[in-house]
Amino acid sequence: MSESRLREIWLQSLHHRSFVIGIILSFFTLSMGLVSLFWTPYSVELLNIPHKLEGASATHWLGTDHFGRDVFSMLMVGAWNSMLVSVIAIGFGAGIGVPLGALAAGKRGWVEETVMRFNDFAFAFPALLTAVMLSAVYGPGTINSVLAIGIFNIPVFARITRGSALSIYKREFILAARTAGKGEVRIALEHILPNIASVLIVQGTIQFALGILAEAGLSYLGLGTQPPMPSWGKMLSEAQTMMFFAPQLAIIPGLAIVLTVLGLNLLGDGLRDILDPRLRRQK
Amino acid sequence: MKSTIRRYVKLLLISGSTLIFSGAAFAGESHLTMGTVLEPPHLDPTAGAAAAIDEVVYANVFEGLTRINQNAEVLPALAKSWDISADGLTYTFHLQNGVIFHDGATFDSSDVVFSLERAAAENSTNAQKALFAPIASVKAQGPSTVVVALKTPKGNFLFNMGWGDAVIVDPLSAGSNKSKPIGTGPFTFKRWVRGDRIELGQNANYWGVKPALKSATFKIIPDPAAAVAALMAGDVDAFANFPAPEMAAQFQSDSRFIVKVGSTEGETILSTNNLQKPFDDLRVRQAIAHALNSQEIIDGAMFGFGTPIGTHFAPHHAAYVDLTGTYPHDPQKARQLLADAGFPGGFKATLKLPPPSYARRGGEIIAAQLSKVGIKLEIIPVEWAQWLDQIFKNKDFDLTIVSHTEPMDIGIYTRPTYYFQYRNPGFNAVIKSLNVTSNPKRRYALMGAAQAILAKDAVNGFLFQLAKLGIWNKNVSGLWENSPVQANDLTGVSWKN
Amino acid sequence: MTIFLVKRFFALLITLLVASLIIFLLLEILPGDPASIILGVGAQEDTLTALRAEMGLNLSAPERYFRWIAGVLTGDFGRSYTYDTPVSSLILERLSLSLPLAFLAISLSTLLAIPFGVLAAANHKHFSDTGIMGFAQLGVAVPNFWFAILLILFFSVKLGWFSAGGFAGWEMGLGAALKSLVLPAVSLALPQAAILARVTRSAVLETVREDFVRTARAKGLSRNSALWRHAVRNALIPVVTILGLQLSFLLAGTIIIENVFYLPGLGRLLFQAIAQRDLVVVKNIVILLAATVVVVNFLVDMFYLALDPRLRDDTHE
Repeated sequence: MSESRLREIWLQSLHHRSFVIGIILSFFTLSMGLVSLFWTPYSVELLNIPHKLEGASATHWLGTDHFGRDVFSMLMVGAWNSMLVSVIAIGFGAGIGVPLGALAAGKRGWVEETVMRFNDFAFAFPALLTAVMLSAVYGPGTINSVLAIGIFNIPVFARITRGSALSIYKREFILAARTAGKGEVRIALEHILPNIASVLIVQGTIQFALGILAEAGLSYLGLGTQPPMPSWGKMLSEAQTMMFFAPQLAIIPGLAIVLTVLGLNLLGDGLRDILDPRLRRQK
Repeated sequence: MKSTIRRYVKLLLISGSTLIFSGAAFAGESHLTMGTVLEPPHLDPTAGAAAAIDEVVYANVFEGLTRINQNAEVLPALAKSWDISADGLTYTFHLQNGVIFHDGATFDSSDVVFSLERAAAENSTNAQKALFAPIASVKAQGPSTVVVALKTPKGNFLFNMGWGDAVIVDPLSAGSNKSKPIGTGPFTFKRWVRGDRIELGQNANYWGVKPALKSATFKIIPDPAAAVAALMAGDVDAFANFPAPEMAAQFQSDSRFIVKVGSTEGETILSTNNLQKPFDDLRVRQAIAHALNSQEIIDGAMFGFGTPIGTHFAPHHAAYVDLTGTYPHDPQKARQLLADAGFPGGFKATLKLPPPSYARRGGEIIAAQLSKVGIKLEIIPVEWAQWLDQIFKNKDFDLTIVSHTEPMDIGIYTRPTYYFQYRNPGFNAVIKSLNVTSNPKRRYALMGAAQAILAKDAVNGFLFQLAKLGIWNKNVSGLWENSPVQANDLTGVSWKN
Repeated sequence: MTIFLVKRFFALLITLLVASLIIFLLLEILPGDPASIILGVGAQEDTLTALRAEMGLNLSAPERYFRWIAGVLTGDFGRSYTYDTPVSSLILERLSLSLPLAFLAISLSTLLAIPFGVLAAANHKHFSDTGIMGFAQLGVAVPNFWFAILLILFFSVKLGWFSAGGFAGWEMGLGAALKSLVLPAVSLALPQAAILARVTRSAVLETVREDFVRTARAKGLSRNSALWRHAVRNALIPVVTILGLQLSFLLAGTIIIENVFYLPGLGRLLFQAIAQRDLVVVKNIVILLAATVVVVNFLVDMFYLALDPRLRDDTHE
């Protein structure tokens, strides 16, 4: 990529409204999560039962929960937890899905047919259903949600990789590379991957958002992250019986989820507009 | 003119509201919807340990020779009276006449013989076979007399015959009681919508005093948040064991409801695998006892409902000895004991938690308390089925939290293969002499001695006695305030008008 | 075309076969012995053996698998371990709630999404477009269970219009039953509607650019008639595809939403069966859900074919 193209992208980005909002929101969550690794206002393992269910104050910015834990600190640690689960799940899904998709596009024929059938099959199992089955076998836990969301990500990445790679395999430079005796793996790595990278980044951002939603759902049901590790979904389920006298406990974690997912989706939309040349030409 | 209209409107409003109220009173007069947390796996109390079975059918659908009331007194039921021989070995039960089962079969002494022999049999699937172990023989003397001979005298035999596990069933319907229970009680089983509710109807041929209620629905609501909503919305009239103590204050301030805090037989304990290292070391168990702060657990997990205990015994029982001071909350001492036991830096262990909030919330608090003295617990939530399988059956655990709700169950500590695997010949000797002692004063002394041994040995972390939090419509009366046995006896329940 | 149909149909069968195999393998290696769970902890070994025989647990794995599949095909799903009733009747009981709920949610989301999506497309880059898409963007980001909690907080706790959960039952009358399904259906429908509205908008925008719409306009059709007559009809293809895909999310969504509102539906039955280790119930519900999704996607493909003749020749893209 030339320097002028980068510059062009950068300028365009700054003028893209949803991209800017998206990056601000995502940066906010990310920094909350990162800071939680070094510092939180209070330890999330510190129970302070005499100070339970307090409202927002100078000492506890977002109040305390039913164990007297600091809600803001839990939110910070929860942010890290959500992002970690989602990112590993993307790594898992892309790590298997992208090679599968490239294989399908490169080989065509029965290989492609098999991969696509496998895709259909995997689509029949939403992350939640997979997680329910996994937790029946291995019990609930964070690894459970990573696996379930990761498995769900495989067909998504396989499909998008195949779709974008098909058109690239038809290009002349691939033929040239083949005649030059380059192996399939090398072709995929050197020619296909760079050309579909932008599409994958956009999809990755969207899967990131979906992963955060799924993780919240799984922990809400008690299938995901386990105590004492705080997670947004668990904070919501714990708050539900206290809704009558402490509604803020149910509202705050939900807002955190919405803002994060919104930020990532806006970021993804913005990236698509900026990176995808096809769409840009159409505008 | 204006005032006439106003009066007319007022009249309309009043008549309208009386209509509404009389409607409500009519609808509520003879039907009760009771919320319950656990769905029974089936409805045969003679073939399952689940308390949820008794909570639906005990005293309502099925009856035994005797029955237990909410003050733990033994009352006549299908046996209208009994004679006990001087040596305490022979019980002669005189049965009620004119009793028929819900399917029309006649009840007589042969049903009693069948039920007791079935429960005591070698291949019995009764969950409380121990209750029937002292029985040597059951013989009918004519249709309305049964003679039960015991191997050894059993002080609380009549109480035991009042358990749900000892109800009388008919040989013809015994096999199908799981899905279609047929008993002699004042309510008949009507319908079970799995996962949602169980409906009971009136037994028009009931032999005894007919209850005020003509029908009842047990609505299964496992989720505490949903239980709150159901009560608020009036979907259920009562929740005998309300699962969300955090909402009690809210209901107390609401004039539509009555909140009753009663006692249960539930000793809630941090069960410890006494054979598992390092918990086989008394100093480690003592350290845990010193690290625990029962009051904090009661405040945090139960929102203040519960009584601290120092041993495995119900505080409302006359023979109870307050041993909460045996190992007072003292983290410093706990660390010292751990160091003495060879764990100056503490150790790691697992804490398996069944679904109720006393366990799940209590577990988080306990993990925080023990981590302060260096014991790092990994929390593993388990469902009841897994709990029974892994912990109760296979003893695959370090620590767990559970409420032992059977009445007078201190005897479980004599069973060497019981899941916490406590073995102390001295304790067994005390219980052995208790079983053959009938003098009440001597019995109390022995019970006190047994309690003291358990407390000193710090067998388990003794946390608190579970409170029974009952919340119901203020117009409902006659529900049990205490739970000497796990039951929702509806025979005395009525609506006030 | 026929070849494509046959091929597609075989693919469907193979997908179902693989799904059933995976479910079987995953759930048959579950730790824990169902027999001892049913009988409780005091059970004798011989009673356990008898029960295992009764439940067919002593047969070889392939034999068990074939019995299961044969049963499923003839509508015999076996007996529930914990409830001791036929699984088919359990499932039917629950479907009487889950199907109407899914139907309500799908109708609601379609009725909301398509008009708004078209409206946004028709006013491309205008105020209403931005507004609608802003809402849609927000809708996609809201977890349905949190939205459900907010609905309860507002409509049940504050206003007292709806009960916060539970199902009145159809025998209490249509009104009462529907009333208990309103909030669950809304919370299921909103995120779906948001996605659908976005897809509708971009699909309509895409077709508007195509030649036949331009031709229609050139022939003198007004902008709006061209939009509705041609663009919207053709935009239906991607919209229906997304609807088909959403079905699997909807089915999964009912697991969580039925838990929030404690509705006795299929999703909750599945969740409870997992907790109680009722494997017979679990494997049958999961295969049923998977089969529904696969079959619906197959039907969507057929619909595709019927709607857009251009696709009939190209079997691959």
